Amino acid sequence: MNYFLTEDQQMIKDLAAKIAKEKIEPVAAEYDESEEFPHEIVEVLAKSDLFRVFIPEEYDGLGGGIFEMSLVVEELSKACGGISLAYAASALGTIPIMLFGSEEQKKKYLPRLAAGEILAAFALTEPDAGSDAAAVKTRAVLENNQYIINGTKQWITNGGEAFIYTVIAVTDPTRGVRGTSAILLEKGTPGFDFGKKENKMGIRGSTTRELIFQDARVPKENIIGREGGGFLVAMKTFDQSRPGVAAQAVGIATGALDKAVAYAHERHQFGKPISSFQAIQFMLADMATQVEAARALTYQAARTIDAGAKNVSKISAMAKVFASDVAMKVTTDAVQVFGGYGYMKEYPVEKMMRDAKITQIYEGTNQIQREVIGLQLIREALRKKG
Amino acid sequence: METIRVIPDLCTGCRICLKVCTYDAIDMIDKKAVINEKCTICGACVDVCKVEAIIITRRFFKGQDTSAYSGISLYAEHHDGKLASVVPEIIGAARELKKDLDRNISAILLGNKVKPLAEELISYGVDEVWLIDDPRIGDYAEDVQSDLVAQILAEKKPEIFLGGGTIMGRSLLPRAAAKILTGLTADCTELDIDGENKLLRQTRPAFGGNIMATILCDKHRPQMATVRHKVMPEADKTEGYQGKIIDMGHIPISEPTIEVLEFIREEGETVNLAEADFIVSGGRGLKDPKNFYLVEDLAHALGGAVGASRAAVDAGWIPYSHQVGQTGKTVNPTIYVACGISGAIQHLAGMKSSDIIVAINSDGNAPIFDVAHYGIVGNLFEVIPEIVKQLKG
Amino acid sequence: MNIIVCIKQVPDTTNIKINPETNTLIRTGVESIINPFDMYALEEGLRLKEKHGGTVIVLSMGPPQVEQALREAISLGIDDAYLLSDRAFAGADTLATAYTLAAGIKKLGGADIILMGRQAIDGDTGQVGPGVAENLKLPHITDIRKIEEIDDQGSITVERMLEDGYLRLRTKLPVLLTVVKEINEPRLPSLKGKMAARKKEITTWIEEDLQVDSERIGLTGSPTQVMKIFTPPKPAGGKIFQGEIKEMVTQLITELRNAGIPLGGGKAANGND
Repeated sequence: MNYFLTEDQQMIKDLAAKIAKEKIEPVAAEYDESEEFPHEIVEVLAKSDLFRVFIPEEYDGLGGGIFEMSLVVEELSKACGGISLAYAASALGTIPIMLFGSEEQKKKYLPRLAAGEILAAFALTEPDAGSDAAAVKTRAVLENNQYIINGTKQWITNGGEAFIYTVIAVTDPTRGVRGTSAILLEKGTPGFDFGKKENKMGIRGSTTRELIFQDARVPKENIIGREGGGFLVAMKTFDQSRPGVAAQAVGIATGALDKAVAYAHERHQFGKPISSFQAIQFMLADMATQVEAARALTYQAARTIDAGAKNVSKISAMAKVFASDVAMKVTTDAVQVFGGYGYMKEYPVEKMMRDAKITQIYEGTNQIQREVIGLQLIREALRKKG
Repeated sequence: METIRVIPDLCTGCRICLKVCTYDAIDMIDKKAVINEKCTICGACVDVCKVEAIIITRRFFKGQDTSAYSGISLYAEHHDGKLASVVPEIIGAARELKKDLDRNISAILLGNKVKPLAEELISYGVDEVWLIDDPRIGDYAEDVQSDLVAQILAEKKPEIFLGGGTIMGRSLLPRAAAKILTGLTADCTELDIDGENKLLRQTRPAFGGNIMATILCDKHRPQMATVRHKVMPEADKTEGYQGKIIDMGHIPISEPTIEVLEFIREEGETVNLAEADFIVSGGRGLKDPKNFYLVEDLAHALGGAVGASRAAVDAGWIPYSHQVGQTGKTVNPTIYVACGISGAIQHLAGMKSSDIIVAINSDGNAPIFDVAHYGIVGNLFEVIPEIVKQLKG
Repeated sequence: MNIIVCIKQVPDTTNIKINPETNTLIRTGVESIINPFDMYALEEGLRLKEKHGGTVIVLSMGPPQVEQALREAISLGIDDAYLLSDRAFAGADTLATAYTLAAGIKKLGGADIILMGRQAIDGDTGQVGPGVAENLKLPHITDIRKIEEIDDQGSITVERMLEDGYLRLRTKLPVLLTVVKEINEPRLPSLKGKMAARKKEITTWIEEDLQVDSERIGLTGSPTQVMKIFTPPKPAGGKIFQGEIKEMVTQLITELRNAGIPLGGGKAANGND
C-alpha cells in the first residue's frame, strides 16, 4: 500500500529496512537466546544517523518527527522486536526532554542523543504503580538546591545501558498526582544503581532493569518542566510515544506475516502447497488486512501528532491498542500456519509471538488505552451537547 | 557516427531484442526498436534479431601486421621450482589448437634456476621454450615479468598467447596486453580455431556465469587469453619429445618496482558456501561421519564447497556452518550434488534454486529425485569415487 | 593522501534469471548496482582517508545513469565524483576502458593510491585495473586483502591473496590496487550522507574534455569483439540414469558437459567432438 511518503521519509525507511535485513536479521535469534544488549546494532544505527530523525535540526537532528521515528521502529521491528527497542525506548526517553526540557537541558543531551552517542530511558513504573501511575512512591526531596531521591523503578527498558533517565518522582506527597515531578538523572550519579537484568518471555534482545535510588542527589536544575508537572510530562510523553509502540507491533506483525506467507508456499501437504487451501488463505488474508489497518492507523496517529494537533490522546491510544492486539493475533496465527514447526525454536515465528505480547502491556496496558479512548469519547460527546 | 543501430525498414517490432538487453538500452518507438544511450554494444540483440535488423559498424584502431604473426605461445607460470598446475592444461589446449592451426607451440619461461622446468615443458609437447634464467627474476615478480613477456612477444610474434586463469595470470597478462595494445579474453572455458579465418575463438562465462560469450581478436596480435583452471584437458607427457630451448637473455630486465617480502602458505579451503558455483552435500545416506571424505573428494574435484543436510549436522558429522536448508544456508550454485540426501522439504528450501541438481541415492523413491535434474539411483560409495575418477580423466 | 576509486555500475547478476522458454536473460526487474567488489574499494578508500587524511574521489565510465551509482558512493562519504560519459566511449572492451579511465585519472592529476574491486560481476575479467596501471605507468597489485601500512616515506606494504596463501609485498606510492572482499566490511550510508549526495554536483567529462586519441576509445579502441552470446542450455530435467555404475556416471558427466558446465579434467563438449 502506498502511504505517499516524502523522498526523505522513503530514504529513512529504506535505510532502516536495509539495516534490519543486513545487520539485525542475521543476529536476532542469537540475541534472543543470549539476552545480550545489541551494542553493535546501536552503533550501526548511530552511524547511519537514524537517531537523528525525530530530533530538531538546531540540536543536530534531521528535523523529522514521530512519523519518521515510527518508520524506523517499524522497519527494525520486522527483523527483531527486541533489538528495535534499544532505539524505540531511547526515543521514549528523549521525548520528555524535547517537549519540556529547558534550553540547557536540550543543548546538553539532544545532540548526543541525536548522534547515538548515548541512549535515553523513561522511568515511571514501580512495583506498586503500574496502570495506577499516580501511586508512584519514589521520593524526591528538595534540600540545599538539590533533589535527594529515594525509591525504586521497575522494568525500565534500556535500564543500565542508557545514560540519561527521565524519572517521575513525588516532590510533594500532599498533592497527589499534582505532586509529582520529572527529574533527569545521569548514569553514574552516586546513589543511583541498577538491579539485575530481568529474564523476560520476549523482547529478550532488549535490556530491562530495576532502577534503585538511595539518596541519589542531583542539582535542582535537573527538573524537567515545573515542580508538580511530572504527571503532565508523563502523559504528554506517552501521547507522542504510543505510535512508536504501535509501529513496533506493526513491524513484528509484518515480519510474522511475511514468514507465514513464504512458508505456506513451501510446505506441501496432501500433494499441494498449503497456501492452496482456503483455510490457510483466509487466515493469511485476515492477517494481512489487520496488519495493513494497524499500519494505516499508526501512520495517521503519527502524522496527527507531527501536524501539531492539540488533542492526540485518542488517536494515539487507538493506534497502540489496535496494533498491539493485531500483533498478538497475527503472530499467534503465524505460528499456527507453521504448524508443528512454528512451535520449534529453530523457526522464527515463536519468538515473534513471544515478542508481540509485551506490546499489549507496556506504555499503558491495552485496558488503560481503552479507558483513555472511552473517556475521550465521553468528553467529546459532552462537549457537543453543551 | 552510429556504431550500432536498428534498420527501421527491417524491424518487425517483435521485441525479442528488448528481452535480451540487460542494459535497458532498447526502446520501442512507433512499433520499431530504437537503441538509446544506455547501450554498451555487447551485441546480444544483434545475435537474436531474426531479421538481422540490427547492425554494428566497426572500425578498429590500427593493429599489428597479422600476417607476420605465427605460432601458439603460452606463459609458463611457476613457483618454488614447480610448474603451476594450470600449465599442463594450457599446453593441452594449445595442442588441440595445433591440430587445426598446424603451428608450433612455444612457452615463455622466466625465472631463476628454471632450466629444469624447460625440459618438463618440452616433454608436455612444447616445441620451443623461450627462456630467460636470471636471479633478478622472482617467481612472483609480475612487474619485471610482464615487461619481459611484452618484449618477447614483440620479438617472437606468436599469433596466440595463452596464460593460466590464476590470480597471477589474470594480473600479468592484462598488463602485458596493455603494453602491446592487443586484445585479451579472461577465464576461457573453451578455445578453438574458426575454420574460415583461422582466428582463435575464445569462449568464456560472463554475468556471473549466466551467459557464455565467444570473443574474437581480429586485427591485433597476439590474440591473448587466460584459461580457466581445471577445465581444459591436461597434456600428457611424451618421453623424448623434440623441443628447443631458446635463450632470450639479450632482452633487458627492468628494475622491479614491487618488493616481494614473503609468501605465507595457508592451508584449508574456505570456499564460501553462499558464493560457490559447485556444491556437494552429504546426508544421512553417508551412514558414518568418516564417509564425509567422499563428499569432500567430489567437492574438491569440482572445485566447489561442501554442504550438508540437517541430519548430518545434527548427527555431529559436520559443523552447522555447512548446513543447507530452511534453518541453514540458502544456496544457488550452478551445480548442487546431493549425496545420500532424501530431499526433505526443509533441505530443498535451501537449494532448490540451484541451476542443476544432481541426486545420488540408493533409494529410487527418495523425494530428492522429484526435484533433481539428473539422478543416479545407486550406492554412493561406488558412484562418487567413479565420478571423481572419470572427472580426473 | 589523494585517493581515486574507480567503480563500475553493473546489472545485479546475482539475481539474473534465464527465461526457460527463450533461453535468454530476463532483464526486467534487474537492478543496477555498484559492482560489489567496488564497494570494498570505496570502503578502503574511506578508511585510508580517515587514517591518513586527504581526499577520496570516485570515478566511473558509463552512460548517464551511472550518476546514480556515483551519488551512492558520495552518500558513503566520498568527497567528489566524476563521470566519463560519451557515446564515443560506449562498446569499450577492457583495453579501451582502461585507456579512457587512465585519461580521466590524468586529468584529475593522478593520485597516491588508485583503488578498484578485483573484477566487475558482469564482465568478470579483472583486466581493467592492470590496464589502467599500465597506461599510467604505475605499479599495480591485484587481489589485495589487507593494506598493512603506509609509512612516512610513502612506502606501502600490502597482503595479496593467492590461491594457496598470500604474499606480503611492498612498493612506493603511487600505486594501483584491486581489492577482494576479505579486505574490509563496507559501511552503510548515513542519512546525512544520502542527503548531501542528493545535492552534490557531479562533474561529467566527454571525449573532448580528455586527452584521448579517438581511435583508442569505445568500440574502435577495442581489439576484442563479441562474436556471439549464448545462454548455456539448461538440461531438460528429471533424467534418472539406470544401469551399470560406470555407465551411469559417464552419461551424467557427458550430459553436464553438453550443458556447458565446465567440469574439471575434460573438454567442455560442444557437440562437435
